[in-house]
Amino acid sequence: MQRQVALIKQSLFDQGYLDEQFVELEELQDDANPNFVEEVATLYFKDSARLISNIEQALERGSFDFNRLDNYMHQFKGSSTSIGASKVKTECTMFREYCRVGNAEGCLRTFKQLKKEHATLRKKLEQYFQLARQAGPKETARRPK
Amino acid sequence: MMNPSQGRGLGSGGGSSSGRKQGGEAVVEMFPSGLRVLVVDDDPTCLMILERMLRTCLYEVTKCNRAEMALSLLRNNKHGFDIVISDVHMPDMDGFKLLEHVGLEMDLPVIMMSADDSKSVVLKGVTHGAVDYLIKPVRMEALKNIWQHVVRKRRSEWSVPENSGSIEETGQQQQQQQQRGGPAVSGGEDAADDNASSVNNEGNNWRSSSNNSRKRKEEEGEEQGDEDASNLKKPRVVWSVELHQQFVAAVNQLGVEKAVPKKILELMNVPGLTRENVASHLQKYRIYLRRLGGVSQHQGNLNNSFMTGQDASFGPLSSLNGFDLQALAVTGQLPAQSLAQLQAAGLGRPAMVSKPGLPVSSVVDERSIFSFDNSKPRFGDGIGHHQTQQPQMNLLHGVPTGMEPRQLACLQQQLPVGNRMSIQQQIAAVRAGHSVQNSGMMMPQQQPFPRGPSIRQPMLPNRITERSGFSGRSSVPESSRVLPTSYTNLPTQHSSTSVAFNSFQQELPVNSFPLPSAPGLSVPAQVRKPHSSYQEEVNSSEAGFTTPSYDMFSNRHNDWDLRSIAFDAHQDAESVAFSNSEAYSSSTMPRNNNNNTAVAATDLGRNQQQTPPNMVPHHHQVYGNGGGGSTSVRVKSERVAADTAAMAFHEQYSNQEDLMSALLKQEGVAPVVDTEFDFDAYSIDDIPV
Repeated sequence: MQRQVALIKQSLFDQGYLDEQFVELEELQDDANPNFVEEVATLYFKDSARLISNIEQALERGSFDFNRLDNYMHQFKGSSTSIGASKVKTECTMFREYCRVGNAEGCLRTFKQLKKEHATLRKKLEQYFQLARQAGPKETARRPK
Repeated sequence: MMNPSQGRGLGSGGGSSSGRKQGGEAVVEMFPSGLRVLVVDDDPTCLMILERMLRTCLYEVTKCNRAEMALSLLRNNKHGFDIVISDVHMPDMDGFKLLEHVGLEMDLPVIMMSADDSKSVVLKGVTHGAVDYLIKPVRMEALKNIWQHVVRKRRSEWSVPENSGSIEETGQQQQQQQQRGGPAVSGGEDAADDNASSVNNEGNNWRSSSNNSRKRKEEEGEEQGDEDASNLKKPRVVWSVELHQQFVAAVNQLGVEKAVPKKILELMNVPGLTRENVASHLQKYRIYLRRLGGVSQHQGNLNNSFMTGQDASFGPLSSLNGFDLQALAVTGQLPAQSLAQLQAAGLGRPAMVSKPGLPVSSVVDERSIFSFDNSKPRFGDGIGHHQTQQPQMNLLHGVPTGMEPRQLACLQQQLPVGNRMSIQQQIAAVRAGHSVQNSGMMMPQQQPFPRGPSIRQPMLPNRITERSGFSGRSSVPESSRVLPTSYTNLPTQHSSTSVAFNSFQQELPVNSFPLPSAPGLSVPAQVRKPHSSYQEEVNSSEAGFTTPSYDMFSNRHNDWDLRSIAFDAHQDAESVAFSNSEAYSSSTMPRNNNNNTAVAATDLGRNQQQTPPNMVPHHHQVYGNGGGGSTSVRVKSERVAADTAAMAFHEQYSNQEDLMSALLKQEGVAPVVDTEFDFDAYSIDDIPV
């Protein structure tokens, strides 16, 4: 089981969904904080969902306040990088670039892509965490399954 | 995976080193673990991650997702944190703004962070005074070493002429502890003993208290205990006001140029003091003098020539820049905060924050640093008298020692007002934070400082020679200060004003030239006699100002001594008072800095003109002649005092104002004389007055 978990994780890295920042987070996890990474991820998804909906609303308004959009995206990018959501981060950067040049259509397009990546990552991570929990801590005392 | 053990390692490593080193390297021994970090970020994910990382580094973490909340946390808990990490983009307040505030008010190192790594933003961080800029995602490695900024800051504060190594330590510790150990110091200092032991205690207290409260506990098991003067027990010598006074007296006796440590030591005849202590102190003193000389010839000049001095001071003022402000703040009893603000504003970096309640000892340290500077130009020593207590405190407060000397210098200059309070004092005051608040004002010592900054000034020049020790300290005999008589009067008045003054002091550190504002206040308000007027002045809108400036000046005058003790204490008190006064002063004068400045400026201008004529008579009396030579100077200050606090203030202000203006101009900030901390802008010109 653990191997399976490890494999999933590895694939996430390989596919570029996660980067080393995620590893950093894992390193912060320990006996005292066994579910740290999962907690962070949960928090991230919750918060980013909020941001996404904000951006969506802003885009739907059609007014394209690029500044505002950029602000939202800046934060989104910040949290995405903090958990190592690599692909999401890339989309964020692109989005911001479109904002910078005032390319509304580019923003819309990128945003769609971003949402997609975000949803994918979420699913994958959920899957991963679930398995990880089932598998129990890697090297520490076993947790009751 | 990283686990606590790593952190532990870190901690232990830090711990072992944290014990205060004897040797003057105490600062370094700080601890990394136990470092109290405040993290501000509106992104909950990042906040959580950072918190976890910091905890792993064994730091004490407080997280906050709103800048306003962070600020109030910091304000309510001045010494509760060592370092602040803040995000750049936040919804309620710009991260840089927070950075400025923290720098000005609390003078803590601030690290900015952002996912944005564009050069312009990073540069902005630098110019606003951030000690570091982290790019998100933040990694553990980056956080592991943030303690270096705390140490560095402390060291730099102390690096200004500090007295023998001890001061550094104390200073540093003070900084750290400023917030924490405030009270401890006072314990040591009260005694006003001028020997090293007392001094040490003071320093120790201060240090220890603060340190102890924090991490030290972990590492050293808090041996120091907050009030335990002996904690530090380092063989360092803390240059208390008295000690410094003795030193200055000895130096003057020998002649500054010819003063050699050995002879000074002999003349001082202080048991336990080594030649090395004296030598290092002398070195600092010399630097201080040089600085003073450069700047408008010490504040004394400013003070002296009340009017003329202004020009002189002005000149130097201009050269003063952030530092000066700081010094001024310190000496001038700028409330640490104000000073910090000013500084921050001007310098864009964290200004010294006066920490209220800083132990006197801390003040002492600072004083020592400044005393050098301050002593010279300081205003009537008498004034410094007030300061003695305060200065010390102030020093401790907010102003990180490093700044003090400079500040003092600046302050002095800036404080043309009688307060000459030795810069040191001011610095001390600043550092001490407002702890000194008013207590100092009254300072028995030549307290007149606080009040009559103006008075002091004139005196200072003369005083310098006289001042050998700190007049500021309560223990310090008033006579030592220049205007004992005058000051005494002041003190009384001062008390009321002192409050204002204190606040003022606190502000001083900030760089702002509180004086300017203060003078403005005083002047218009009263031209009455120093005593009463002063109070009145203080009370009146300007009240805020006058007092503070007073303190600053007074401290200054004690030159060194005051600064450490009296000043700080005084300053603190004063600063506090000042802040209070500010309240009312503001009413009269538009509070904002600009207003003050403007007002002050105007007042100053007015004063200047007015003072010459009438002041003379008053001051003379008041001063009691501190120096004899600078009658004119004295007169000026006296005049100010005589005329009323307003005048004095004005004088101060004028000088200060000039200084400040000059300074501010340089800084590009509007002189905000306002007692409020926020001096940020120095441009007096802006003042609508």
